Amino acid sequence: MGDTLRHAWTIARKDLLLEFRTRTAVLSAVVFTALVLTVFNFGRDPTAVATIDLAPSILWVTFSFAAILALNRAFQLELENEALEGLLVSPISRTSLYLGKLVANLMFVGVVECVALPLFVLFFDVPVWRALAPLIAVIALATVGFVAVGTLFSAMVIRTRFAELMLPVLLLPFFIPPLTGAVQATARLLDGRPLSEAAGWLRLLAGYDVAFLVLATLLFPHTVDE
Amino acid sequence: MRLARAGRWVTLVGLLLLAGVYLRALAFTPIERSQGPAQKIFYLHMPAAVWAELAMGLVGLAGVFYLFLKDPRLDRFAAASAEAGTVFAAIVLTTGPIWGKPIWGTWWTWDARLTLTLLLFFLYMGYLLLRSATPDPELRARYSAVLGICGLVLVPFIHLSTVMFRTLHPAPIVLKPSPPSLPGSMLITLLFSFGVFTLLYIGFVMQVYGLSLLQEELAARERAAAVARGRGEGGDDA
Repeated sequence: MGDTLRHAWTIARKDLLLEFRTRTAVLSAVVFTALVLTVFNFGRDPTAVATIDLAPSILWVTFSFAAILALNRAFQLELENEALEGLLVSPISRTSLYLGKLVANLMFVGVVECVALPLFVLFFDVPVWRALAPLIAVIALATVGFVAVGTLFSAMVIRTRFAELMLPVLLLPFFIPPLTGAVQATARLLDGRPLSEAAGWLRLLAGYDVAFLVLATLLFPHTVDE
Repeated sequence: MRLARAGRWVTLVGLLLLAGVYLRALAFTPIERSQGPAQKIFYLHMPAAVWAELAMGLVGLAGVFYLFLKDPRLDRFAAASAEAGTVFAAIVLTTGPIWGKPIWGTWWTWDARLTLTLLLFFLYMGYLLLRSATPDPELRARYSAVLGICGLVLVPFIHLSTVMFRTLHPAPIVLKPSPPSLPGSMLITLLFSFGVFTLLYIGFVMQVYGLSLLQEELAARERAAAVARGRGEGGDDA
């Protein structure tokens, strides 16, 4: 168990180091997210619809797009110079590989979300401060769900044709339960209501996370082996 | 070859019996009091809906067994079941709005079970697209198994989230904890139709399974021919 986690961290650190040295991917993702938020501003009639009514949807559609963008590159970069083969023949378990990629993806998406959330607050004037801690908890819960399935699928699509298109087609149906839960919980929080009102949705989010983390860890070896 | 042909016969019998379902539903089953003739579509809608979901379950189960046994027959069955399931989901998504317009006053609403069927349809489409985008047969089988299993786990979550979201759909009247509240003659028509749809599912699966066998055979023959040709040309060059 200790070895599994240590190896997983090695993989995650490798990915994050690569990201940190080039910074292109994470910067592009941040700029893309800022652009999506901007586009949303023009996708509504400001005189007819109050921002606060749309805010939860804007936040979560933006986050799902950001997650897909981040996940698309997770295994894509391992295709260069046959790096994936190298990872597969190295003496680490498939579980470590999955967990490492999962952590790296979570960090990547997390960074994008950390930039997007203040921008969202700024652009749409959302009263987020009184519910910041529970909101971050909801974001974390839903993001784990997104990334757990997404990491599994991104390992799968790299060897298919039209990989960049295949990932969203496969992944978006899987985003529906966490997205629904996250939007409902966010709406309650932004409305100034207590988190306990969204307890059912939080249970759904947590159940989804556990189910797909376990399932993806079990299924992952079947997606990478030659 | 034989399987695809047998599947065609089973489907043909199923389609003839489907005409029988129409006949029984229209002429020999009483008209529902509050919904009027629109309710007749229920005899197609519900069996198709049940099979659309069952087919996904079978795709997922075949996936689980495939990952353990690596038997290509399981993969062929899963692919055939997914294709049949797509057809049934499409039937549900077509008959639903036809009924919804006169009864609910709208073609579409984001009701729990409508959303579930729509996402099931997307799941099937994704499954079939993934298959067509993965050229290597062994890899394709493994990928489809993984996606099928994930789909099987996803369906209850979608069900839960959409029910929590909102529901307008008529409550179940047959598949529910208490005994069915459908009058006898309607229940018989429904069960008859369910039997016909089961037959159609079997017929569809047999045909697709038989066709994929033929395709594999053709591919193998082409490969063999190419090898033979290559050998012949190589001989000439030498």
